[in-house]
Order: sequence, then structure tokens, then C-alpha cells
Amino acid sequence: MATQVFKVPDSFKKDFKYTFCPGCDHGVAIKLVAEVMDELGIREKTIAATSIGCSVTIYDFLNVDAIESPHGRALAVATGVKRANPDKFVFTYSGDGDFASIGLAESLHAALRGECLSAICINNTTYGMTGGQLGPTTLLGQVTTTSPMGRNVEYYGYPVKIAEHVALCDGTAFSARVSLDTIANIRKAKQAIKKAFEVQLQGLGFGFVEILSTCPTNWRMSPQQAHERVRNEMMPVFVPGVYKDITNKENN
Amino acid sequence: MVECLNKTKVLTKGNYAIANAAVIAGCDCYFGYPITPQSEIGEFMSGKMQELKRAYVSAESELAAINMVLGACSTGKKAMTSSSSCAIALMQEALSYATSDELPVVLVSVMRGGPGLGNIFPSQGDYNQSTIGGGDGDYKIIVLSPSTVQEAVDLTYKTFYLAHKYRNPAILLADGLLGQMMEPVEFGEYPYPEVDHSDWALLGAKNRNSRIIRSYSPQEEPQCEHIRHIFEKYRHLEENEVMYEEIDTEDADLVVLSFGSLSRNVKAAIKQLREKGLKIGFFRPITLFPFPNKRLQEIAGKTKKFLTIEVNMGQMVRDVRLAVNGKVPVEFYGKPVGSWPSVEELAEAIEKAVI
Repeated sequence: MATQVFKVPDSFKKDFKYTFCPGCDHGVAIKLVAEVMDELGIREKTIAATSIGCSVTIYDFLNVDAIESPHGRALAVATGVKRANPDKFVFTYSGDGDFASIGLAESLHAALRGECLSAICINNTTYGMTGGQLGPTTLLGQVTTTSPMGRNVEYYGYPVKIAEHVALCDGTAFSARVSLDTIANIRKAKQAIKKAFEVQLQGLGFGFVEILSTCPTNWRMSPQQAHERVRNEMMPVFVPGVYKDITNKENN
Repeated sequence: MVECLNKTKVLTKGNYAIANAAVIAGCDCYFGYPITPQSEIGEFMSGKMQELKRAYVSAESELAAINMVLGACSTGKKAMTSSSSCAIALMQEALSYATSDELPVVLVSVMRGGPGLGNIFPSQGDYNQSTIGGGDGDYKIIVLSPSTVQEAVDLTYKTFYLAHKYRNPAILLADGLLGQMMEPVEFGEYPYPEVDHSDWALLGAKNRNSRIIRSYSPQEEPQCEHIRHIFEKYRHLEENEVMYEEIDTEDADLVVLSFGSLSRNVKAAIKQLREKGLKIGFFRPITLFPFPNKRLQEIAGKTKKFLTIEVNMGQMVRDVRLAVNGKVPVEFYGKPVGSWPSVEELAEAIEKAVI
């Protein structure tokens, strides 16, 4: 008897088209979000506040209500949705530029207020949709279209460690950084997303996951090379792990 | 049940009156950031909304406040923010989004002096900011302009109603004078029907397809269609929702125009001159968008001259000139923002224009 080992999550739209570049981790991340929604049974009460950049297209994949926020304002829009409808499940899905550069104030203040929201941030060390410019998480030495000689401290300063900053906010219930470079790490990522969603459902506060992701097109790499870069260059700086989990006393 | 002074006539400050009216109008959510001369609105709301178990957030910035309003409005709720001049400049992007998203955003704007930080004196320097705006693309904002505290209450109700009826942002445009002065008002009940948003609001995709509120529109033709649809709403507004006050224009040699609380001094000055036998009429647009173009064209055919008076260097006067399209000369008398002309000064300026 055949056993089904792979299926499109129920929370996906039936007629979606895959629009990301080959090897981009957005597709994996969105599928994990959908799987967690299936498992928690929350699709019908979900409202997503999307952002600007490649991440905005999540509303083309997920079969959930969504509002597109102006650039950087996803957590403010999500706050408005949630405060107006405390019984709904509200989450944001944005890139590092949206979450931690133009939207840093909105993101951290949502965490500081302890908004019962869940936020996913895709960290790929660049502005993908606009063609690979330097962003808040671009690594020191990294060449981008606006750091042609590599990121140096003199001109550009330092990259931001998002999960650690979010963990420092008293209103944060859960903050973790994960990667999608191996099967094992994809499984860990799914557990983190689930936890970030559960703390909202339990009314415990702000749930956050930073996902280290690839951008093979702008990194000028193959998908395999891109995942090697995540492992060898990103993970030593952006160290994966759970930075805050108020449901796990040992962890803190 | 709201028990906010809605039974009897009370003496109250403009900002408190506007806030109280918003509560009676059924405002579900208030999001705000302090700025003089409107901070009493947020102060009042912080207590009242919590008392009524409605949503209130002290936002980290005006950018956040207006975007929280967008989020709450996307679920069909009545939501508002209030602010002033240089801080409303920060909200222009979100207002542009809200027109494309067709969200019933309510914004109370209590004008102070500008440009930049300017000062906290009453001013009319934000006529252009409200009616033209600084967001991107083709759009209009509904703008209502009260001249008394009672009218501020009545127009707060109307601002909520029109925003929801037309699913478009609406601004109640007051000024520091109106916000800070006390006058007797009656609140009564919210006089408009509730608008049903169940066919578009985001409440979770249960037993229906998912809904997306978005302004991103990569295809040319759907975007053109969308803009035409929005402008069709603006045409309806221009046909059905124009409000103005008009006094003694029938026999007038000169019709004087002003908006907002300055109109009180202008009317007092005209009264003095009428008593001297000068034939002067008065016209006050109450809706700054939709602007009373049609009525102004009619009056232009019967009078010899228009004089527009504003506490700015000439903003509404451009709309007046466009409305009459050269049919009568339109003169302007103004003062820089942050100063307020006396009745005597206005009477002198109007008398000069008659000759």
C-alpha cells in the first residue's frame, strides 16, 4: 500500500504559480508557514500583513486574507489588525530590509509592546527584488551593487543581529534564528515557526523567527553554493539558536 | 453603551469635543502620537477607549499610527488617528496607499504654523496638504472643514460616515484655534447609518476565497481600471456630498470666501460693512474636497468680484480660480501662517476690495 510522503499544504492556494528564482529559500519558508498553519488549524482565522520586496508575494501562495503594508510598516499594520480583532491569528512575513532597516522602529516597538503577533523575517543579506544592494544584514566584506569593494565599517558600519535584538525586548515571548540549508535545519525551522505561532495563540506575547536564506541570483551562485555560503559565511556571524523562549524556563 | 456627555449642552474644548464625537460615532480603534495643538484628543482617547474596552495604542511614531489605522480599517472597523501639520506630512505615503486599498481611514488634522516645525499658533497652511496631499499617484482625500466647535462635532460624525460610505480616507481639517477654544456643544447620537463592510473586509478566509487588500498592480490594464473606479467614486462625491455656507450672495457686488474658523472673523467683518451699506456676500466651502465648483460658477455669473481670505499665502484661492475659470476676478488677502487677522483688519481689507 502506497504512503503519501509529500503534499501541497492545505493552506496553499490551488492555482498558485511558483514565482521565486531557482534555489531561493522563500519557497521553502512559505511552505513551512503553510504546513504549520495546517497543523495548528488556523488558516480560516488568519490575517497576514505582508511587506514590500520578494516576500510580498506570500499572498499569491497562501489561501489566507492579507493586507499589503507599505515598506517597513508591516508590524504597525499587523498591530492595527490584531488590536481591532484580538481573536484572529495575525502574522507578518518580511525581508531583513523591511523588518530591520526601514521598519526597525515598528518591528521592535511591536515586540516591546508585547503585541500578540507572529513575525517571520527572511535574512538573505541583500535587497533581492531591487537587484542586490547592501542591506542591514549585509556581511562585512560582502560585495553588493552598492558596496562594490565589499562592506567596510568606515562607510557602512555593521550588520544587525535581528533575533538577538528582538530577544532583548521584554514583550517578546519567543525569538529564534534558523536556517534552511539542510533537512535537519529545515525541520528545526518548522519547529521554531510553530513556536512563534503558538505563543500568539496562547496570548503570551510577540513570536519571532529570523530565517537565514539564500538569494542565488543576486549572490551570483548556484543553489548548492548559496547554501554553502549560508553555512560557511552567514552562520558564524548570525548564529542559529533560540534566543528567547518564555515557555521554556531552562532555555532562559 | 457610550455615555459621553451626549444628552445635554456642555461647554467643552474643541479637541475634547472632536474626540468625544469620535467615540459616539463608534470609533473602535484610536492610534496616535502626541503633537501640539491636538494632544488633548489622544489624552481623552487613552482613557475613554480603555474604559469602553476599545482599542487604543500610543504609537511609536505618526508613521506607525497611520499604518495601524490602515490595519484596523482593513478589517472593516472604524479607526482613526489625529495629528498636526509637520506630523501629518509623515502620513502622506499611508494616505496614498489607503486610497488605492479603498480603506475608510479617518484622520483629524489640527493645523499649526509651518513650514517645518513652524509654531503652535492657529494656521490654515495645510489646505494644500489636505486637499492635494503629498502621496504618490492619482488620488483624492475627502476633506471637511469646521468653523465652530459644534460644527467640529457634526463634521466628525460626517467624516466617519463619508470615509466608510465611499471607502476612502477622510480628513477633518481643524486648526489650533478650534482645537483649543471652548464653546457650548450638543453631541446627540451618531446620525448616520452603519455601512456594511462584510463583502470586502479581512476577517479570515472561512467558507470563502481569501481576500487580498493590495495596491501593487503589475499589469497595466487592471491598474488603469482600478484608478478609473476610484475616480468614479470621486465623481459621485462631487455630485452628492458638497457642503457650503452661503450668505447674502444674491445682491452682492463682492463675494468674500474663506474656510474654517477664520470665517468667524470674516463674517463679523462683513456684517460691519453691510451695516455701512456695502453689498457684500459670503461663501464658505465646508467640504474642501469635494469643492463646491458648481455653486461658485453660478455665483460668479451674478457678482462682480470674488475675494478669498486665508491665513496662508494663497492656497484655497487656486481652487476658487479654477472653479470660476476667469468668469470673475478673484482677489486674495492672506497672512503668513501663524498669525490671525482681526475683524478690523479684515473689514479694512474687504472694504478696499469693494472699491
